[in-house]
Amino acid sequence: MSKLVIMEGSMAVAEAVKACRPGVISAYPISPQTHIVENLAQMVANGELECEYVCVESEFSAASVVYGASAAGVRTYTASSSQGLLLMTEVIYNAAGTRLPIVFTGVNRSVSAPISIQVDHQDTVSLRDSGLIQFYVESAQEAHDMHIQAFKLAEASDVLLPVMVCMDGWILTHTYEPITQLEQDAVDAFLPPYTPVHCVTPDNPLTYGSHAEDDVMMEFKFMIHEAQLRAKGKAEEIAREFAELSGRDHGGLVEEYRTDGAEVILVAMGSMVGTIKDAIDEMRSEGEKVGLVKVRCFRPFPAEAILKAVKQAGIVVTMDMNVSMGSEGAIALDLKSALYNLPSKPLVLSLVTGIASREITKQTVKAVTARAREALDAGRVEERGEWVDLNRAII
Amino acid sequence: MARDDELFAPGHRACPGCGAAIAVRWILKATGRDVIVVTPTGCVETFASPYLLSPWEVAWLHPLFENAAAVASGISAALRYKGQAEKTKVVIIAGDGATFDIGAGAISGMLERNEDITYICYDNEAYMNTGFQRSAATPERAATTTEPPGKMSLGKVRPKKDMPSIAVAHGSPYVATASIAYPIDLYNKVTKALKIKGAKYIQVHSPCCTGWGFSEDLTIEMGRLAVETALAPLYEIENGQLSRVRKIKNRRPVEDYLKPQRRFRHLFQDGAGAEEIKRIQAIADANASRFSLDA
Repeated sequence: MSKLVIMEGSMAVAEAVKACRPGVISAYPISPQTHIVENLAQMVANGELECEYVCVESEFSAASVVYGASAAGVRTYTASSSQGLLLMTEVIYNAAGTRLPIVFTGVNRSVSAPISIQVDHQDTVSLRDSGLIQFYVESAQEAHDMHIQAFKLAEASDVLLPVMVCMDGWILTHTYEPITQLEQDAVDAFLPPYTPVHCVTPDNPLTYGSHAEDDVMMEFKFMIHEAQLRAKGKAEEIAREFAELSGRDHGGLVEEYRTDGAEVILVAMGSMVGTIKDAIDEMRSEGEKVGLVKVRCFRPFPAEAILKAVKQAGIVVTMDMNVSMGSEGAIALDLKSALYNLPSKPLVLSLVTGIASREITKQTVKAVTARAREALDAGRVEERGEWVDLNRAII
Repeated sequence: MARDDELFAPGHRACPGCGAAIAVRWILKATGRDVIVVTPTGCVETFASPYLLSPWEVAWLHPLFENAAAVASGISAALRYKGQAEKTKVVIIAGDGATFDIGAGAISGMLERNEDITYICYDNEAYMNTGFQRSAATPERAATTTEPPGKMSLGKVRPKKDMPSIAVAHGSPYVATASIAYPIDLYNKVTKALKIKGAKYIQVHSPCCTGWGFSEDLTIEMGRLAVETALAPLYEIENGQLSRVRKIKNRRPVEDYLKPQRRFRHLFQDGAGAEEIKRIQAIADANASRFSLDA
């Protein structure tokens, strides 16, 4: 049924995209996204992927090309990182508003200035309010599997929104992992050819991108929001279907790891999750009642699933690889908001971690857990949005 | 509407005397129904797409202000993928702000890739929808709300950007200028462009009565004067070679065109303005010489 091959994470994504048979791909190079789109270009050049591949002069145009192709009723894909994602931002808002099911890979990289090719989630988290659905993955296998699910979710007639699979640059894109792939027949059965609900065509000449005023604009925005909320159930359903098909269950909107009886629960997303799981195993064997909630789906925000996992805990530690300057990390803000009206709730220790690849080791996770334990014993958290492993000597 | 030659329905919200609306009507006569039109943000988008009302009898898409050329490239790629590229034309109808300024990067990409798209700019020489702000298409010394004349200024300092030459430099197989004052010529040029494969560029001079400041019944007259003074020369460039121009019999002095317009009123008040009018006459003379316009 399936084949196992050792490959680079970027190739794992390219293989998944190829298996989904997009009709139009457009891309502009930026590290660390490049290997994905290079691999796809080679597949097209080799005749392995029947697809129009449009090389453009900017990420803004790459997003715009897939916007046009999607509006014309074709399955589309693009990928970018960092400044490229920021340059795409205006188009991403527009794609959500036009309800176009474009699939993106957001290869995470920090944002200038200073310019850096190191990893954090500042780039993709900045797209939070656009209407784009976002998943964060832990491994190349999960990235591979999630892309196949992303097309199905984006194209669901009760969703119809762009979906981005976010994966940490270098750590996931440029390292090799054993990857299990489905046979093409299985992917085809899971993801049938795209048939748009409507599209731009002379056969049925419609007017797209109208000018809306105060009598309807709020309702249009609400419909995007409502589709995001509907996507929660749909994503869970698609994840279950994929798990049955592949035998690989990465979780639905969240994955709970050793949360049973946990007094301290860490909340994180992206590749650091693997390190956190290893650290939790060690701490559990030493008697610390600690668990993890891995946020897979960041938008729509899975408040219910996270609350269900953390409400019995004494303290929750959010490990955001992003920050809203002057405030806190994105998960912390959403999670605290979700907790607020609960009659009894855990403390929240909100941390900013791993900015521009500041390393998160098992020791980091253990130190953070010890901090949380102290706060829990004291019954209060002193600081919000503390930056972990900051070198104040050079500030 | 049943008629295949009237695909831009009346009742839209353009100002009375709008030159751009005339351009759109004649462009669609040439395209027919088997077309997808992309229009970036601008006057036409605003007056021709209030939600639930549409004058467009053809498939029409408005994406953003600066990305029409890239969005149309995506539509073109989708048509190729679906095997419909030979049948369905992709046409952009864009204002000069979207063309000369904010969308120029995407246009360069479209031209360089030689996408099979006909890009048509309705050139009303400023940002009219937002209230007459300067664009790179605004002619030298015209008054706009962002580069106004005053004690220290005689209006726009820089000359109009030569977009057609930029298109030619990309190797476009067909570049033409047209005017709403010569609708049959406009129709013929669009018809011709649609038969040529590759990235075509047509710039349509489209007077704006509210922005330029002339009476709404003089739109065609203003367009004609721009051509007859050689300030808006009409020509075609095919594969880099000037192939045809509209000759001018008895070329008119530029004052005839400038004087009826509020945007040039400040040039008729003193000697400094008179000097500028001489310089504008020199621009017209250079056009006449460059394109051999004098009959």
